[in-house]
Amino acid sequence: MQIHQYKSNGYNMVLDVPGGSVHVMDDAAYEAAEVLSAQPDADEASFLAALALKKGAPLAEQETADFREAYAELQELKKEGALFTEEPYAPSVEAYASRPTVVKALCLHVAHDCNLACRYCFAEEGEYHGRRALMSFETGKKALDFLVRNSGQRENLEVDFFGGEPLMNWEVVKQLVAYGRELERNYPKHFRFTLTTNGVLLNEEIMTFCNREMDNVVLSIDGRKEVHDRMRPFRKGAGSYDLIVPKFLEFAKQRRELGLKYYARGTFTRYNLDFAADVLHLHDLGFDQISVEPVVAPKEADYAIRPEDVPFLKNQYDLLAREMIRLEKEGNGFNFFHFMIDLTGGPCVYKRLSGCGSGTEYLAVTPGGELYPCHQFVGIEPFLIGNVDEGVTNTDLVKDFKKINVYAKEECRSCFARFYCSGGCMANAWNFTGRIDGVYEIGCALQQKRVECALMIKAALAEA
Amino acid sequence: MKHIKTLNTKNLQNTVKKGGCGECQTSCQSACKTSCTVGNQSCEAKKN
Repeated sequence: MQIHQYKSNGYNMVLDVPGGSVHVMDDAAYEAAEVLSAQPDADEASFLAALALKKGAPLAEQETADFREAYAELQELKKEGALFTEEPYAPSVEAYASRPTVVKALCLHVAHDCNLACRYCFAEEGEYHGRRALMSFETGKKALDFLVRNSGQRENLEVDFFGGEPLMNWEVVKQLVAYGRELERNYPKHFRFTLTTNGVLLNEEIMTFCNREMDNVVLSIDGRKEVHDRMRPFRKGAGSYDLIVPKFLEFAKQRRELGLKYYARGTFTRYNLDFAADVLHLHDLGFDQISVEPVVAPKEADYAIRPEDVPFLKNQYDLLAREMIRLEKEGNGFNFFHFMIDLTGGPCVYKRLSGCGSGTEYLAVTPGGELYPCHQFVGIEPFLIGNVDEGVTNTDLVKDFKKINVYAKEECRSCFARFYCSGGCMANAWNFTGRIDGVYEIGCALQQKRVECALMIKAALAEA
Repeated sequence: MKHIKTLNTKNLQNTVKKGGCGECQTSCQSACKTSCTVGNQSCEAKKN
């Protein structure tokens, strides 16, 4: 049994952690919930006594009446299974996590080369710790065959065209999409393709093709011109903002009109800790599907986020949340990926607790056909997991990845956000702790804040 | 209720019984690529 209580933007929020119910309470109920969380079976008399003890004074008449009502309402929620629920998942999640898994997604690094030299690139300016290389159609074909062969009964298969910059190998992207469609005719499979691009080579022909074939496109843009150009320059130093913005806006417009998915996707670093301004800038430009995320960087990098930056960043999320509520109420809202939360649907407990799938269900493929647990591990030798010819050969490594779920990490077991982050990113954990089952504390603090903001936004919009 | 407004009555416990089909996306796809977020994903089971 666990509840998480917090005050945000004037709302008293109470989350039933194991069950996922969310409540907004007045002050009396909020305080009552706090007292009852320590002793959920308390009868009314002991509950009132505990409250008086907490306050250090006898309760006034009106207070007593309010707390009695609050007590009754909390008991009702408990009875309905909406508060103070139990968490019986550990045995079934561990059994689920050790099930035979299938591969359901590949990140195809079709180009280990890039026409930009982004300063924070974990691909080392597109080169991924190795020489520049382009994936051949033959290798890509083998990767798609590998995916079909290893996907069991799963129908939907996801394939991301990634890089470096995938548009530097555009002909192969088109050939692989055509090959995927051919496979769909022969197997009961459906490919969902995604393209992530920096926009430099984007043109009308590519947009038209993507609108026909790509389930999603991710458009890399960091926000304000000075912020974007500082971190995303061309190799000779000039900024890329002016070139890409008009093309991205056109692409986003087309996708929106066709009812297709896209994201304007940015990274924030220590150089723009005031990233809320960048999110709002993207909205001002005309994007309505936005994701701006903290940089993944080695601790010593000048642009890496430091522990002392966390309070400021939390304030930025608060500020952004308030602004998004205001805009939404004005009919000018937008979607921010990290504030998306599905309170009524959403994934099952298994999905929520069993980790991200890297190394088991999700693999990255290099231009030469090597397999790694995910795009962030590419080129790091100990994480080489196999290749498209022989399949997964390092089965011990797969077992290591498979073992990681929320209950395998001490810090996650008591964290209120564990049902929303699935234990966090293993690549981040590796970068910061040297262990894939480590805990990246800055990431956790920001994730917790984002969940709190996302729930508060729901409360604010439910009022409208 | 006078003191409490419930936004949802999600009962994750119920998903233990019918969940676990594995049709959902891996977590790092769609927009993120650098963080792991599952609370915003949708369940694919109901689509099939």
